[in-house]
Amino acid sequence: MDAILSGLATGFSVALDPFNLMLVLVGCFLGTLIGALPGLGPINGVANLLPIAYGLKFPPESALILLAGIYYGAEYGGRISSILLNVPGDASAVMTTLDGHPMALRGEAGKALSTFAVASFIGGTIAVVLMTLFGPLLASVAVGFSPANYVALMVFAFASLASLVGKSTVKTLLGALIGLMLATIGIDANTGVPRYTFGIPDLLAGIDFLIVVVGLFGMAELIHLVEQQVKGTLKSLPVDKSFVQVSDIIKLRWTILRSSFIGFIIGVLPGTGASVASAVAYGTEKRLAGPEEAKSFGTGNIRGLAAPEAANNAAAGGAMVPMLTLGIPGSGTTAILLGALLMFNVQPGPLLFTQKPEIAWGLVASMYIGNVALLVINLPLVGLFARLLTIPQHYLTPLIAILAFIGIYTIVGNPHDLFLITALGIFGWFLRKLEFSLAPVILGFVLGSLFENNLRQALSISGGDWAILTEDGTSIVLYILAFAVVFAPIWLSRRARRAAAAQ
Amino acid sequence: MTFIRFCGAFAVAATLAMPAFAEITRPECVAPANPGGGFDLTCRIAQTGLEPQLGTAMEVNFMPGGICAVAYSLFNTTRTDDASAIVAFSTGSLLNIATGKYGEFDENDVRWVATAGADFGAVIVRADSPYQDLSALMADFSKDPASVVVGAGGSVGSQDWMKAALLLRGAGGDPKAMRYVAFDGGGDAIAALLGGSIGVYTGDMGEMTPHLEAGTMRVLASMSPERLDGVFADIPTAKEQGFDVEWTIMRGFYMGGSVSDEDYNAWVSAFEAAYATPEFAAVQTGKGLLPLNLAGDKLTAAIATNMELLRTIARDAGLIN
Repeated sequence: MDAILSGLATGFSVALDPFNLMLVLVGCFLGTLIGALPGLGPINGVANLLPIAYGLKFPPESALILLAGIYYGAEYGGRISSILLNVPGDASAVMTTLDGHPMALRGEAGKALSTFAVASFIGGTIAVVLMTLFGPLLASVAVGFSPANYVALMVFAFASLASLVGKSTVKTLLGALIGLMLATIGIDANTGVPRYTFGIPDLLAGIDFLIVVVGLFGMAELIHLVEQQVKGTLKSLPVDKSFVQVSDIIKLRWTILRSSFIGFIIGVLPGTGASVASAVAYGTEKRLAGPEEAKSFGTGNIRGLAAPEAANNAAAGGAMVPMLTLGIPGSGTTAILLGALLMFNVQPGPLLFTQKPEIAWGLVASMYIGNVALLVINLPLVGLFARLLTIPQHYLTPLIAILAFIGIYTIVGNPHDLFLITALGIFGWFLRKLEFSLAPVILGFVLGSLFENNLRQALSISGGDWAILTEDGTSIVLYILAFAVVFAPIWLSRRARRAAAAQ
Repeated sequence: MTFIRFCGAFAVAATLAMPAFAEITRPECVAPANPGGGFDLTCRIAQTGLEPQLGTAMEVNFMPGGICAVAYSLFNTTRTDDASAIVAFSTGSLLNIATGKYGEFDENDVRWVATAGADFGAVIVRADSPYQDLSALMADFSKDPASVVVGAGGSVGSQDWMKAALLLRGAGGDPKAMRYVAFDGGGDAIAALLGGSIGVYTGDMGEMTPHLEAGTMRVLASMSPERLDGVFADIPTAKEQGFDVEWTIMRGFYMGGSVSDEDYNAWVSAFEAAYATPEFAAVQTGKGLLPLNLAGDKLTAAIATNMELLRTIARDAGLIN
C-alpha cells in the first residue's frame, strides 16, 4: 500500500507538472475531436499522432501522457456521433447508439450527452482506481485465462445478448448469423487457408471491425437520411437544453457501478476489448431491469445509455493493466501505446514500475487527471455539440459521408475499403428496410471471431478433446452464469405470475 | 486527419534541420500487421535509425491482415510506384511467397530495399517448466509429439510452426502429430505461455529482451548458428545441444516494383549511409536485433538464395509439391 501511495505521489508530481498537465488537456481535447469524426477512433488517432509526438522531441513521459490523453479523448468523442447522428465511431460505440440516438431524436440530446459524460467519467475513474490497487495481481490472473475459459466467456456474452432480441427473434438470430458469416471471411488464423475471399487479395485480411461498423451503421444511416430527404419525410430535430440532473445520476448509481466493474474485468483480459464489455453490460442491465422496463431499452432508456458507456471506459482503463504490468497489449490502442513505449526505449513489463516509475506512475496519474479533464471539457460543450443537430440535413449528410470516407481511408490507405463500406452501407439499408436490428449483426461479428479462434485454440491444446471446455472451475462458473441469465428471468416472471394468480 | 498530418509534418519540418535526402518526401514505413509485433519493430528501426539520413522520423502505418498478403498485393497493384513508402518484411513473408500464399506475385515483383537486421528463432518455456534444457524437452517431444503443447503467433505452415516442425523432424518425430496452437501474434502466445495454456513457445530471440530480466520465462535454445552476445550470452544454441536446426529471421523492407531507379537508389543510399553510423547499430541492438546489413543488389541476391532454400524446406515439410 505504501509503495502504491508513494508511486502515485511520484506519478502526480510528473502529471501535474504544468507542461504535462497542458499536454493531458490538449490530448483530451484533440482526442475528443478525432473521436467525434465517424470512422476515426482511438486506434487511428493514437497511431497517426505517435510520430508527431515523437518528432516534437518531448520526454517519453510527456509524449505518453499526450497519447494517453488522446486515447481517452477519442473514446469519449466516439460517442458524440453515435448519440447525435446514429453513426458510431468504433465498434464499442454500437451499444451507445441503441438508446443514445433515440434520446437525441426525442429532444434529449443534451441529457444523453451529459449522462454519457458522467457515466464515462465514473467508469473510467473506477477502472483507474482498481488498476492502481490491484493491477499486478489482476494481470497475473488474467493471463491464466485459457482459451477454454474464453470460449465460456463468449458463451456467457452470447447469452447476455439474447436479451437484445427485438421484435422478431428470428430476425435477431439471422442478424447474428450474418455477423458470424462476415467474421469468417479472410485467412483462417489457424491453418492459413483463405476462406470466402473469392481470390480478392484485399479480403484476405478479413473485414475490419471499423469497416463493418461504419458501413452497416454509418453508411446505412446516411442512405436512410437521404431517402427521407427525397421523400420529404425528414423531421427536423428539436433543439433542446436538457441536461443530466443529480437525481438522474443517483437513480443510475447501481447501473453505473455494476457496468464499471463488468467493463474493467473484461478489459483486463487480453484480447477482449471495450466492444465485448459494453455489450455484456448492456445485456446485463436489460436483464436486471425487469420485464416492464426492459421493453423501453432500445427506445431511449437512460440506463441503456449509461451502462455501455461506463463499461466501455472502464474497459479502456482495464486494458492498460496487462500492457503496463506484463507488456501484453489488451486492445488495439494499447498495442499502439506499447509501440510508443518501445519507441522511446522503454520496455514495458513487470519491471516497468520499478525501473521507470516516473513513466509508469506518470501514466497512471495522467489517467486520473484525464478523466477529470474530459468531464470538465465535455460538460460545457454539450450544448455546442447538441447544436450540431440544427445544421440542415442537406449539409450534414454529405459532410458526414466525406468524413467517414476520409476516416476509413486513413486507416490503411486502401481504396478497397471505401467500396466495402459503400457496399455494406447498401446492405445495411436493406436490412433496415426489412426491419432487422443491426446490433446483433455487429455483435455476431465481434464475438463470432473471438469464439471461433478460442474454440479452435482450446481444441488444438487438448488434441481435439471437447472435455477441455468444461474441465476447470472458471469455465463452469461462466456456463452456470450463462444459463442463469437466460433462464432466471423466465423463471422469475413465471413465479410472479403464479403469485399473482394465487392472490 | 490529413490536416492533422499536415500540421504534424509542418511542426516536424519547422523544428528540424534541413533534410539530408530531400528527394524522399513524407517517408512512410508500412508494417503489414497489427501494432506491437515484429513488423512494428522493423519499422521502428527504420523510423529511428534513418532519422538522421531522412531528416525526419518517418511515419509508421499499419496494414494488418492476411499474413501480409494485403500489403504485398497492394504494393503489387495500386502502389507499385509509391516512391515514399517502404514495407517491412521478414523471413516469414518470404516463406509465404515460397508456399504461394501471396497468390500470383512472387519475389521478383517487388524491389528489395534493405535489411533492418537479423533475429533468430527461440525455444521458450515458462520459468517453472520442468524442462531445463533442449535435450530434456526434445526427449519427450520426439517420443510422443502430442505430449507437449506448442504454440506461437503464426498459423500452421508459418515460420513459427516451421521452427517447431524442423526441431521435431531433426529429432526423428512427425510434425503432423504435433499439438500446435496458432495465436494471433506473439503477444497472445506469450500470454498463453505465462498462463500455462501452452508448454512451449517457438518465438524469436529479439522479443525476449524485456522478458529475460523479469525472469518469467526461460529460453531453452537459440536457433542461431552461433551464440549471441550481450544479454543472450548465456543461452546455448540448438546446435550446441546436439540439434542441428537453425532459423534465421531476416528483417527488412521492400518497395513496389515500378519505383524508378532514382527513387530506389535514394532509399538504398540512405540505408547504406545509416549502416555506417554507430547510431544505427545502437538502434538495431537496442531493439534486440543483430547486425545484418544488406541493401540494394546485395539484398536482392540474398533474397534469391533465401527463396531457393525456403522452397526446399517447404517442399520437405510437405507444404508445397
